[in-house]
Amino acid sequence: MAERILKNIRIGGLKNAVKGNDYRKEATISYGILIGGYILLQILTAAGLIGHNLQGQFVPICVYISLAVSLNLVVGISGELSLGHAGFMAVGAFSGILMSRILLQSMSFEPAILIISMLFGALMASIAGFIIGIPILGLRGDYLAIVTLAFGEIIRNFMNVLYFGFVDGKLRFAFNHTIEGIEDTDRIITGAIGATGTKTMASFTWGLLLCLFTVFIVLNLKNSKQGRAIMSIRDNRIAGESIGLDVRKYKLMAFVVSAALAGMAGCLFGLNYSTLVPIKFNFNTSVLVLVFVVLGGVGNMWGGIIAATLLTILPETFRQFADYRMLTYAIVLILVMIGTYNPAIKSRVNALFSKIKPKKKKDDGKVKKKKSGKEGA
Amino acid sequence: MADKKDKREELIDIDISDSGHAYENRQEIYYNDNVGGRAVFVDSKEQYDPDEPYNDQVYIPEKDRDKAPILEVKGLGIDFGGLTAVDNFNLTLGRTEIGGLIGPNGAGKTTIFNMLTKVYEPTRGEIFFDGKSTKGMNTVDINKAGMARTFQNIRLFDKLTVEENIKVALHHTTNYGLIDGMLHTPKYRHEEFRIRKEAMKYLKIFGMTKTADYRAGSLPYGAQRRLEIMRALATKPKLLLLDEPAAGMNPSETSELMETIKEIRDRFQIGIFLIEHDMSLVMGICEGIVVLNYGRTIAKGSAKDIQSNPKVIEAYLGKSRGKMDEEEKAEDLEEALSKGKLESAPSGKPDRKEGE
Repeated sequence: MAERILKNIRIGGLKNAVKGNDYRKEATISYGILIGGYILLQILTAAGLIGHNLQGQFVPICVYISLAVSLNLVVGISGELSLGHAGFMAVGAFSGILMSRILLQSMSFEPAILIISMLFGALMASIAGFIIGIPILGLRGDYLAIVTLAFGEIIRNFMNVLYFGFVDGKLRFAFNHTIEGIEDTDRIITGAIGATGTKTMASFTWGLLLCLFTVFIVLNLKNSKQGRAIMSIRDNRIAGESIGLDVRKYKLMAFVVSAALAGMAGCLFGLNYSTLVPIKFNFNTSVLVLVFVVLGGVGNMWGGIIAATLLTILPETFRQFADYRMLTYAIVLILVMIGTYNPAIKSRVNALFSKIKPKKKKDDGKVKKKKSGKEGA
Repeated sequence: MADKKDKREELIDIDISDSGHAYENRQEIYYNDNVGGRAVFVDSKEQYDPDEPYNDQVYIPEKDRDKAPILEVKGLGIDFGGLTAVDNFNLTLGRTEIGGLIGPNGAGKTTIFNMLTKVYEPTRGEIFFDGKSTKGMNTVDINKAGMARTFQNIRLFDKLTVEENIKVALHHTTNYGLIDGMLHTPKYRHEEFRIRKEAMKYLKIFGMTKTADYRAGSLPYGAQRRLEIMRALATKPKLLLLDEPAAGMNPSETSELMETIKEIRDRFQIGIFLIEHDMSLVMGICEGIVVLNYGRTIAKGSAKDIQSNPKVIEAYLGKSRGKMDEEEKAEDLEEALSKGKLESAPSGKPDRKEGE
């Protein structure tokens, strides 16, 4: 190593600088929350403190966590707004159910069927993501959001006219009309009625494994050359191109991986219910997942995990207000956006917090000082 | 325009009568007016005739003359709608030359950079980078071919750390696939360790090891400029384009930057082409300087040539009304000559014509 060209940057110049993302910390917190939450809920269930209704929400919570984390890959890491996440979930759900029904004819080992179905769901969803992604990823910002919304609805409407079933042990499919000579018990997917007669295989443990896998993939991807490329294109597209990054390729990569993970989650969701209607995967579900992401903090994985959990448990606990759920979401979203992006409100909130805890211990004071310094930057 | 034409006809009439006299007269008026004349702004279209070829574009510093030039640009031009932003830009840049591109505001300097890196597709002309035409290439291909740039308004990946900014630039030399990236296989760990070391090497050269873990967007201005140059260098270019590297720097920072640029050239043995308004930097380190005005090259040469070139002085300081008239006279004289209206050329051409 030859001599240095320049004098070292003075430390004083860095007093306003902010440290970057700590991947190890983020991963530890995310896995910690997931495993800790799992253990806690298992103990509470064993102690009989959790009602039957809420127990039924365990798998959906896990599915929503996976969806939130996978959508965060597009919204937080790739920086594009996607409103069609439920569409990929639907593709994963129905193709997973289909695969499980086919496998059930020759196999009886459920975990293997579940894993293969989930992988198949992920594959189909990623293909859907790829096909949709190619034409639309030249768009940016609002336009991309609008088109993803439209594609999400297209997928759902496609499911509405799709018929799958066995006739004499052979798989048949049709569009927009029932399959001739089919027995009721051999129907797999029946248009708008959806998937019926699904053998439920999902469990809370599978849900946890799905969450861990999703978080593992997304966090690993974030801290890899592909993730860095995706994030740098988000931060500055022109500079990204100038250092030789193919913008479309990496946007598509984020989109497809996200779709695949959503498909996997969708598959577990589908295998949790004996009946599943396509209307479940409408625009509201896409927005719901987006709310988890925004509420947890865009790009913040563990924030999304907590938001998904709370926003699934709370409506269940306050069932009587369930009709106002979407309204509450809108209000919460607006408040979060105002609170996090408005400097005046932010500083007022900070001032309030410093008043509530004026002086406690020496250590606390130090931490507070450091924090306020950072926020000032 | 009509006014100009009238003048022309008038002049031709005069010139035909006595060529020698006209020439002498011209010299006299030129000097007289240049001393006492008042600088005025003139319209670009009147100042330079688009048909007038620019000949003196192949200046390369002596040390690079035995090597093939890294960049050759022929007749480059771009129109935005009806506006011709750059027209007939020519350049030959030596393999390890530090070239400068100067010109008044709005002369089209950054537009040229954008055309070289294919942010804009040129309307006319050809660019040969490292002997190959860049026709049909996009920005990404250009970078892969070995041209890296910085931006006038800093463009960093703000939310990534300093180290990550350089690692992104090392993207194409990092050798693992998506599956390795998602599962963090041993191959991933090996490669990440290698590029981390490499990124640190760049940070060490630029004295920024302490900043490695900080977000690029939160660094002080000077450090951001350094980082942008580092990031461009990390893509292992053969030619580095710097768009106003000294903008916003104080004199001591600028002189530090001059040393850095020289050191980069010596250490990496690459060509550097920079846009700069700071004349102390340009005249201090640039071996070849191109001067641009209203989208047209008006001169290329060493710092010494440029400083004494009347066209350059004119571009920066404006020119006198009298001188403008005289130039038209000279043009008309040539026109007249080519039409064969004059029997013999005036003896001895004025020195200043050589720069054109």
